[in-house]
Amino acid sequence: MDTIHELRAAYIAGTTNPVAVVDRLLAVIAERDPELHAFLEVYAETARAEAEQAAEQLVAEGAATPILTGIPLALKNNILVKGKRATGASKILESYTATYDATIVARLKAAGAIIIGATNMDEFAMGGSTENSAFGITKNPLDVTRVPGGSSGGSAAAVAMGAVPAAIGTDTGGSIRQPASYCGLVGFKPTYGAVSRYGLMAMGSSLDQAGPLTHTVADAELLHSIMAGVDPFDGTTITDETYPPVPTKETYTFGVPRQFLADGIDPDVLAVFNDHIATLKTAGHHVVDIELPLFEQGLAAYYIVMPAEVSSNLARYDGMRYGLQVRGKDLVDTYEQTRAAGFGAEVKRRILLGTYVLSSGYYDAYYGKAELVRRKMRRELETAFQTVDIILTPTAPTPAFKIGAQEDPLAMYRQDIFTVPVNLTGVPALTFPMGQVTREAVALPVGVQYIAPHAGEARLFAIGKTVYDRAVS
Amino acid sequence: MTRDDIIHLASLSRLALSDTELDSLEKDLPSILAYVSAVTAIAADEATEEPHVGVRHNVFRTDEVTNEPGSYTEALLSEMPERAGQYLQVQKILSVDE
Repeated sequence: MDTIHELRAAYIAGTTNPVAVVDRLLAVIAERDPELHAFLEVYAETARAEAEQAAEQLVAEGAATPILTGIPLALKNNILVKGKRATGASKILESYTATYDATIVARLKAAGAIIIGATNMDEFAMGGSTENSAFGITKNPLDVTRVPGGSSGGSAAAVAMGAVPAAIGTDTGGSIRQPASYCGLVGFKPTYGAVSRYGLMAMGSSLDQAGPLTHTVADAELLHSIMAGVDPFDGTTITDETYPPVPTKETYTFGVPRQFLADGIDPDVLAVFNDHIATLKTAGHHVVDIELPLFEQGLAAYYIVMPAEVSSNLARYDGMRYGLQVRGKDLVDTYEQTRAAGFGAEVKRRILLGTYVLSSGYYDAYYGKAELVRRKMRRELETAFQTVDIILTPTAPTPAFKIGAQEDPLAMYRQDIFTVPVNLTGVPALTFPMGQVTREAVALPVGVQYIAPHAGEARLFAIGKTVYDRAVS
Repeated sequence: MTRDDIIHLASLSRLALSDTELDSLEKDLPSILAYVSAVTAIAADEATEEPHVGVRHNVFRTDEVTNEPGSYTEALLSEMPERAGQYLQVQKILSVDE
């Protein structure tokens, strides 16, 4: 499997070039994607043309070229690329063409990246399996009877099948980290505000962040450093001064919320997690048990705040200015018929739930209380970070599950139990493979999640490179 | 939550629902709401009047045009399901009962 750093080194050394790489990756897609369906669209023509340009530029300028020159990437289809279809994997935007680049896309392009295609996802990023896409499911490249996770399941499958060295996803409650765990990849959810949301389809505006899915922590760090930074088009982006500095160290104190792991976690996943703790101790780190009672209960607050923001954000899809329109007998009927035909079941469920918790008489009991819970969680976390440097959990309670196995929405929601508190509190988190568990004679990867204080990106990348990259290289 | 409550919510949300959809929502929504109601107990001892420190802040910028006027007009108009020249065309809002 390619990494960005390896491709870059090979481009500079002249042992390969972007045209050869893009052709090879398009061949991988042609061979494997008809079965896996990681891509909603492949930009073969523009990718080839851009690869030729990049190849010439590398010959002329070598190491002086921007760092991603000729590096192919795939983007989740809720990220706007000017002139390309941006569907959010929803029928309501099936024919929509983006009129501008998202800030992260503009930055990746400026760094020289080639966008090779758009990846499948749960409709408007709502789901944890990519089974909620209006355009068909994506299969896990490591076991095609299983889901790749979600909602950034297409991005994870694209990287895991070897179609791209890295892909970009978005994470509202675990949508980068959980598919990374299911597909054996590195995934990163930045501090809220570290990366601009301009040009991303809004789901939960106080929760959403875009981030990379890669093979190495070093690649995740590189892509994050390119995408991150203040953006005048997103007033929630943060500066270096927003949070106190989070120093890197030689050895760290890891906190494990033991009580949190007592229930609902697969015993094999827990065993791999305990092995990981042993490895950290051998390497000289301290691992202590901590109490985070609110993290266990956080999922309840998430399933109020998120649908509330969903119901507001998705009000814009009314069939008037862009996207699908189903003509009714009057204007209100047109709205109702358009949205009925355009949205899938999970999206409708969350819009209704969000409308309910925001409606008069229920707002204080639900949304108001959920925001208070978030505040309490942030305080609980601050207290924990006074004694530990990094909080450690499995990324998901199970390995990738079978396609069609999760029918009860509440059971599906519980897959996010370890990732959701990170979004509710706005801190950064890194996941990488900690080992494998065997199901039906197939070795399935499982991820570990490292959580740092706000703006603790550098700490996560440093420890991740030491613990993971060094072990796999 | 009754079937009528869901129909009312659907109308507030501008969503037409089929009978099959109503059947499954009648099953799903109450169990999700029962689950999320836990927040009331969790937040019971949390003061409501305390300001949201460090999370929300206002952001100001100069009110100025940052792109060439008209540079996006055709791209945006061409996405519209119905247009009349440079205008978005919509259905009549006021109607007279017959």
